[in-house]
Amino acid sequence: MHMADALLSPAVGGAMWAASAGTIAYCSGKVRKDIDDSKIPLMGVLGAFIFAAQMINFTIPVTGSSGHLGGGLILAILLGPYAAFLTIASVLVVQALFFADGGLLALGCNIFNLGFFPAFIAYPFIYKKIIGNQPTTGRISAASLFAAIAGLQMGAFCVVLETTSSGISSLPFTTFAAMMQPIHLAIGIIEGIVTASVVSFVYKARPEIMQSALESRPIGIHPVRNILLAFLAMAVVTGGAFSWFVSTNPDGLEWSITKVTGHEALNGPEQGVHATLKALQEKIAFLPDYSFRKTAEAAKGVSIPEATQEHQKTHPEQNPKASQSSAETSIAGLAGGTITLGLAFLIGYILKRRNQRTPHGFNT
Amino acid sequence: MASIHSAVLDLKSLDLLANGNSTIHRLDARAKVLVTLVFILCVVSYSRYELTPLFPFFIFPVVMISLAGLPTLFILKKITLLCPFVLAVGIFNPVFDREILIQFGHFGISGGWISFASILTRSVLTVGTAFILVGVTGFTAVCQALESLGMPKVFAVQLLFLYRYIFVLTEESGRASRARELRSCGKKGQGIHSFGSMVGHLLLRTWQRAERIHTAMLARGFTGEFHANRLSRFGVSEVRFVLAWSSFFIFLRLQNVSQLLGSLVTGLFP
Repeated sequence: MHMADALLSPAVGGAMWAASAGTIAYCSGKVRKDIDDSKIPLMGVLGAFIFAAQMINFTIPVTGSSGHLGGGLILAILLGPYAAFLTIASVLVVQALFFADGGLLALGCNIFNLGFFPAFIAYPFIYKKIIGNQPTTGRISAASLFAAIAGLQMGAFCVVLETTSSGISSLPFTTFAAMMQPIHLAIGIIEGIVTASVVSFVYKARPEIMQSALESRPIGIHPVRNILLAFLAMAVVTGGAFSWFVSTNPDGLEWSITKVTGHEALNGPEQGVHATLKALQEKIAFLPDYSFRKTAEAAKGVSIPEATQEHQKTHPEQNPKASQSSAETSIAGLAGGTITLGLAFLIGYILKRRNQRTPHGFNT
Repeated sequence: MASIHSAVLDLKSLDLLANGNSTIHRLDARAKVLVTLVFILCVVSYSRYELTPLFPFFIFPVVMISLAGLPTLFILKKITLLCPFVLAVGIFNPVFDREILIQFGHFGISGGWISFASILTRSVLTVGTAFILVGVTGFTAVCQALESLGMPKVFAVQLLFLYRYIFVLTEESGRASRARELRSCGKKGQGIHSFGSMVGHLLLRTWQRAERIHTAMLARGFTGEFHANRLSRFGVSEVRFVLAWSSFFIFLRLQNVSQLLGSLVTGLFP
């Protein structure tokens, strides 16, 4: 469920980051202005509670696997949307930094997917509507179940959207959605049941906690609309800026201004780094006889275009010369990549050795 | 249960790494956060079929680990627990994208495998640098850095609170969970009913703890923010660190260094 850096393009990641950061700023302002001080330690400790509760499993009857408490919905029920959103976001920050759940760029996506929907959609529009003014155990169970399912479905759908619009994964939209939605239906049902059982327990033991959370009026007239508008604005501005900055390629998000300039530079060896390197290369090339021009013509060895050039992949017949030379560059890329990797680790080794000899290392 | 327990132990040992005293540890946290962000943006900005241009980026995590004296094996082990979601999604690339992009004699490599390898490489790089950032900076310092870079104060306080109480509460729930396991031989009594009341009790205890903490904080004059004693400042070495690494990353992004080096040794300039 956690989105990951490796599947994101900077435009999508950046837009979601800006959006989540904006929502955090908005919620922080609300919490600071409208909620009493006592909520501040409560938010922190309840965030830690989510971690703690996830250590406790229960066995799911038929399947024999085990489930645990999710986070978003129960926090929204106990704290109300604004404080809950901040708490979920903080839990996700810790998960990103310490448990490799996603990554730092994907944090924006994750906060939105797992925080926004439970706190600002599922809780006010499903949970509160079903609960009404007079909560009963039955209503709490039904409300938790439906709200959890809806929240997770929306979150999962967002993951699908973010992944496919980033264009790093090759999964088609419909296939991916057809996989994600049913899986998250199952997860949602489990989360709903768990949330219902914990919330009903709290309701029986200390009804005043639930009552006060229910009675706290949403602040402002159209809180959700404001947040959505702010979110949209941030996303559009950042996404637009990113795309404008990076996209010289008209077909969507497979951008990269620098890739283009890189290849231009490769085609123009008369100047710059290439000229210098070319002069150097004549002296130090240790595989100079390994000529790909000949082998390519002999239809042996490497003969198909470079991995990085998609337009050539789709129209190889239009540009046979380019495809041939790019085969060479792709081999050069592989060789060079291996060398750089080796160099990187060699540098690390040398630094480590040097560090061990000098007294100021990791020694306190 | 065991895995989460060890995850919490891991969390502690990762946090302890930040107590080191190396050139990298002594840098201001903001510099390290900024460099890490530039790094991640550069790495994810490659398109899906670009694999070898990513390799030069390994120099950053390697240099950081070496200079900071982080335990290499520990970091490697943490990275190998790659986010399962990435693997699950990435493995479909070879399935859906079968067009052969590179041919070695009879042996062809499809675009799907290349993009899968690219996804894995990105994952190692981004996840690795996140771990390294925490390992050389510490969570508290990262939060303070983010706060001085514009994160709302309420959220910073929330993060610090959360982090402080993760250790307290996970130990408590670990004890409760172990006690239940011991009492439920043969796995009976681990169902949803005992679970609900157990987590419910944990929640109520947590709530009471929060009330006690609030009272204690009020008694010490809490007005809504933490006053941290910040010792480091953004000095010349921080500026140098940020400028040097960022321009290096941007250089790598603009020039395909793998390609250049490879051309050098294979003698194949077009």
